Amino acid sequence: MASQYQLEFEKPVFELEQKIQELADIAADNVELKTEVAKLEKKVDKMREVIFANLSRWQMVQVARHIDRPFTLDYIKHIFTDFVELHGDRLFGDDHAIVGGMAKLDGEPVMIIGHQKGRDTKEKVYRNFGMPNPEGYRKALRLMEMAERFRMPIITFVDTPGAYPGIGAEERGQAEAIARNLREMASLTVPIVVVITGEGGSGGALAIAVGDRVLMLEYSIYAVISPEGCAAILWSDGTKGAQAAEALKLTAPDLKELDVIDEIVKEPLGGAHRDHETMAKNLHQALARHLKELKALSVEQLVEGRYQKFRKMSRFAG
Amino acid sequence: MAWFKRDKAPGAADKKVKVPEGLLTKCVSCKANLLTKDLEKNINVCPQCGHHYRVSARQRIDLLLDAGSFKELDAGMTSVDVLNFKDSKSYQDRIQQAVAKGGSRDAVICGEGAIDAIPVQLAVFDFSFMGGSMGSVVGEKITRAIERGIEKRTPVIIVSASGGARMQESILSLMQMAKTSAALAKLKELGLPYISILTDPTTGGVTASFSMLGDINMAEPKALIGFAGPRVIEQTIRQKLPEGFQRAEYLLDHGMVDVIVERKDMRAKLAQILSMLYRG
Repeated sequence: MASQYQLEFEKPVFELEQKIQELADIAADNVELKTEVAKLEKKVDKMREVIFANLSRWQMVQVARHIDRPFTLDYIKHIFTDFVELHGDRLFGDDHAIVGGMAKLDGEPVMIIGHQKGRDTKEKVYRNFGMPNPEGYRKALRLMEMAERFRMPIITFVDTPGAYPGIGAEERGQAEAIARNLREMASLTVPIVVVITGEGGSGGALAIAVGDRVLMLEYSIYAVISPEGCAAILWSDGTKGAQAAEALKLTAPDLKELDVIDEIVKEPLGGAHRDHETMAKNLHQALARHLKELKALSVEQLVEGRYQKFRKMSRFAG
Repeated sequence: MAWFKRDKAPGAADKKVKVPEGLLTKCVSCKANLLTKDLEKNINVCPQCGHHYRVSARQRIDLLLDAGSFKELDAGMTSVDVLNFKDSKSYQDRIQQAVAKGGSRDAVICGEGAIDAIPVQLAVFDFSFMGGSMGSVVGEKITRAIERGIEKRTPVIIVSASGGARMQESILSLMQMAKTSAALAKLKELGLPYISILTDPTTGGVTASFSMLGDINMAEPKALIGFAGPRVIEQTIRQKLPEGFQRAEYLLDHGMVDVIVERKDMRAKLAQILSMLYRG
């Protein structure tokens, strides 16, 4: 699907595409014009390639937040079969900002958990803009523990601005819900593969992101705070997101460099929002490969390996 | 992350109106004019109304442990500016200034000691060091403290006072939440007690990891404890926050802490609890 929503830096490409379309419309049987169109189409691809190969961190933030970027339910549709969505934390309610359920990946049962954003206004509100309350994290944990009982690997999709900062969230223990997930995910005895698909927003992302493998899509982001939040604090100016994005080093290549993630999953030309099928195909292959490797490990190797993986994530002197 | 924004939060700033060289302190809570030396003698608790002011990490250690039992560990660890992070100042400069200011090398002091002769691993946050924020050093020291508890089969006590994860180390700070919590999973499996003491203020990524995971969550009276900072919440929901919101008593009411303990009783309460949870 070609996205209609244009990012600022994509505009030249869209303009050229529009011109090509106009030309193609009048070209009809004119062979000369047709060759011209074909030439220009190549030029568009090249242009897009160049733009996306040189995205600034702030531009990547915008791609990561693109409204047409595939969300968890899109990946579920394209990669898995037999999805049965499961609802509720059995304590308070059902959080629509996190979806979960069982499904089959290449015929094998897995448990899927992921943040879910909305595309139109109504759905955005319904999904609370992908910002979970404690019940979302508790639902996630309930499903992960179920996965452990039934020996199903867990796959999580991370795409949230962050955990919701609200009165109810605090009253029902947002911090406790996140903390508990971190502790429990560390010792689950089934393989966990985490994919940062869009925005990896701080603790709200990490609460479903402790895994044996952590993958990031090429233009996804992952940081301790949103660029705007960081800018508001450091420069008392929430509009300096671009500057903060640079400082936070929040892109997939940045995190690969720091050994915080294991692999960068290639996105189709121009970003995942331009081609859900290709994105899903790339991700499908990566998931299958990592799960295969993890399934070969003993429970001890798996759990201790996960512990050591996160254990090593720090830099200090002395 | 909230500590940077909390300059106006109620009770956050221990504003002491100082008459001749700090002789007098006006209590922020009951407005009584106190002799500063009386306040200090009373472990920074207002003798009139019981308002708990912050205490230094060193003072806290002295308060909790058997005299002379504390042995500091991992004291030499310091933060490095891996990301080359720069806002108005570079992170490197911020670290150096914080070290120069207070003498601590980072935002947590760890070591082992004893409470009524029961051996414990103790970690105490130093809020005066970059708002007690957690970066690699804090996460590593806390994790080592927990791992020492596992290795030596002793209880672990962590006294939190922190604005949360340290922005200047971005993703590495976030990962400290996972790392410390994973270590607590191991401690839990062995049935070793972990007591979390939440003091003013404990917010952000510290609350959302080890601070909320105590077998016992213990708080000081009126301590601000929360995930998001009050201002962030106010800006998000555009409503006034309820009275006492995110204070220790509020958390007790909502089932998030086990017990609120006054500073002067903290040591005795720990000894009492450990005598039941820990059998050596």
